[in-house]
Amino acid sequence: MNSLKLDENQLIENFEAKLAKNEMIEPKDWMPEQYRKHLIRQISQHAHSEIIGMQPEGNWITRAPSMRRKMVLLAKVQDEAGHGLYLYSAAESMGISREEMLYQLHTGAAKYSSIFNYPTLTWADMGAIGWLVDGAAIMNQVMLQRTSYGPYSRAMVRICKEESFHQRQGYEIMTVLAAGTPAQKEMAQDALNRWWWPSLMMFGPRDEESPNSAQAIKWKIKRETNDQLRQRFVNQTVPQVEKIGLIVPDKDIKWNDAKNGYDFGEINWDEFWTVVKGNGPCNKTRIAAKIKSHEEGAWVREAANAHAAKINKNKAA
Amino acid sequence: MNDSQGILWEVFIQSKPGQPHKHAGSVHAHDNEMALQNARDLYCRRNEGTNLWVVPASAIVASSPEDIGPFFEPSNDKVYRHPTFYTVPEGITHM
Ligand SMILES: [Fe+2]
Ligand SMILES: [Fe+2]
Ligand SMILES: [Fe+2]
Repeated sequence: MNSLKLDENQLIENFEAKLAKNEMIEPKDWMPEQYRKHLIRQISQHAHSEIIGMQPEGNWITRAPSMRRKMVLLAKVQDEAGHGLYLYSAAESMGISREEMLYQLHTGAAKYSSIFNYPTLTWADMGAIGWLVDGAAIMNQVMLQRTSYGPYSRAMVRICKEESFHQRQGYEIMTVLAAGTPAQKEMAQDALNRWWWPSLMMFGPRDEESPNSAQAIKWKIKRETNDQLRQRFVNQTVPQVEKIGLIVPDKDIKWNDAKNGYDFGEINWDEFWTVVKGNGPCNKTRIAAKIKSHEEGAWVREAANAHAAKINKNKAA
Repeated sequence: MNDSQGILWEVFIQSKPGQPHKHAGSVHAHDNEMALQNARDLYCRRNEGTNLWVVPASAIVASSPEDIGPFFEPSNDKVYRHPTFYTVPEGITHM
């Protein structure tokens, strides 16, 4: 018994030595059970976010104002499907099946980013999402390119390459609307007003409210804290708002020389927790739509399965 | 939960003719043809490749991480496989 225990200590030591040298952990490497659990949860949540995230934008594909905008939005939503699939594969390499992850999503056992529980009311929301929501996601994903788990890191590298057009196309939509008729400009401002705060919430609770964060940083899953990333996002985005003549919907926003960044107002944390706990404006409809499409696609999977079985049988004969 | 997403396949992409195939990631599919099509849709949306291989993940035989020492050991003490092991007279080039 004693020697087994020693073995475990040795394994942990090796694991931590690898992290200290910034070496990647690969699927077959020994890893602490908590590390595996933490990553399965994080990666599958990330995958679910990409998949559910297709709904608010998919909602506008048929109503895009021009052929160009329609092609772009379609390509973007298609990329998000791809991102979901890269991430599901990364999670599977840790020993959870695709079927299990979908089951967790459909039954509410797994979460996804709360931002996708807000409705997309106008065309300007397509601009605000690409610019702010993808912008905030990119901030997080750039950091995750250096995460300690190999398959997750490699998925992030691929995703970041593809994300670069997502944010630009959103900002372009906002730029054009902001320079348009008074009604168009108002529509852009309204979208900014509705998406600004939920975008800041995407970085998660404040550091002192985020107990998992410290462990994630110790394991080099995350390299920066929620508040650090949020601050960088604000610093980067405020000048972009001003550039196109819109107004940040926060009366406390103010440049602070001492910290070389913007001070900003307090997030409405009650709203944050309400949406996380499942009571946001669209939580129920998003999951209902996901289950519906899954169920309506069941016959395709069954047919594909039957076809594969037939091929295999012919091969065997 | 008797739903099936198909089996797992590993995807290898050749980025240009003449280049070796490189591992890109994985896909789920039910048969060969679907695996190739899914791999194309998932990994080649931006001219990433000129050729694709898909291999059922279960068919891949891999060495294990614990082997890192002993398994590759035999090559460690064979410095004579490298050109720097040999001395040639001063002034000799193209060798
Ligand atoms: Fe994303
Ligand atoms: Fe994405
Ligand atoms: Fe995106």
